[in-house]
Amino acid sequence: MSAFNFADKTFSSRLFLGTGKFKNNTLMKDSVIESGSELVTVALKRVDVKDKNDDLLNHLHIPNVHLLPNTSGARTAKEAVFAAELAREALETNWLKLEIHPDPKYLLPDAIETLKACEELAKKGFIVLPYIHADPVLCKLLESAGTAAVMPLGAPIGSNKGLVSIDFLEIIIEQSNVPVIVDAGIGAPSHAAKAMEIGADAVLVNTAIAVSDNPVQMAKAFKLAVEAGRMAYEAKLAPVTSKAHASSPLTAFLG
Amino acid sequence: MQIKVNNQEVEMPNNCTVNELIVAQKIPHKGVAIAVNNKVVPKINWGNFIINPNDEILIITATQGG
Repeated sequence: MSAFNFADKTFSSRLFLGTGKFKNNTLMKDSVIESGSELVTVALKRVDVKDKNDDLLNHLHIPNVHLLPNTSGARTAKEAVFAAELAREALETNWLKLEIHPDPKYLLPDAIETLKACEELAKKGFIVLPYIHADPVLCKLLESAGTAAVMPLGAPIGSNKGLVSIDFLEIIIEQSNVPVIVDAGIGAPSHAAKAMEIGADAVLVNTAIAVSDNPVQMAKAFKLAVEAGRMAYEAKLAPVTSKAHASSPLTAFLG
Repeated sequence: MQIKVNNQEVEMPNNCTVNELIVAQKIPHKGVAIAVNNKVVPKINWGNFIINPNDEILIITATQGG
């Protein structure tokens, strides 16, 4: 299975993880390790001056694991750019997951503000990974704006519905000149394997692992699924036909 | 002087620096970023950036998120 060369890094795992919704930081850390993931997202929050004990970052000092701060909470390009600059200072990385989703029910991304923010952030030297709907036209516009990758959703965040947008993911994968990372809605290892089989460069999974009864085991299941899907893609899947094509000779001696 | 830190009123000596604020509030230096009146103050400037009365300080860090 080929390594994934992306911007200034080389990843041996094509499974990226979100750190949200885990019961505690230890479980989160163990799941990250079991998943083999080398890129994990974090969000930003105000430090509580009365209680400074959220030690998430201490649990993410894992060899080969890089942090990808997100701009969750931003409702506009201006807020996202501000969040990005804070993230870069706090975590000493110019990698950024750009997410702007003011709609609280479906958390669908605002395409216009995302494109605006991407243009500005790319000029400021960020490696931008924008979370977007599976919109092939928007993906090409983001490419022109200097995005490092595109991250189209499979289904709404946390819905676990899988690749509802699969027809459009296939178009994006066909047309994209930057890596395509399917992010949001992946609810089962089979969904992740499917995304890899159709040619996605990577997937980002959070809820499906974090809320499982056994997140560490689920993380391993996803690791294997992503590897299986990518290996299948590289080996090239057999063609799909309507007619049958016998696998055994139609033995003449019986006739 | 009175300043606001993450929406909470805080009392600090006049002309204190961002660094003095962090130390006084026992906030870690690593994994933290600061904005004063919505402008990010780079870490290299924390030692000499003076805070004024009624300034609004935002101190952020990482947390769990997808």
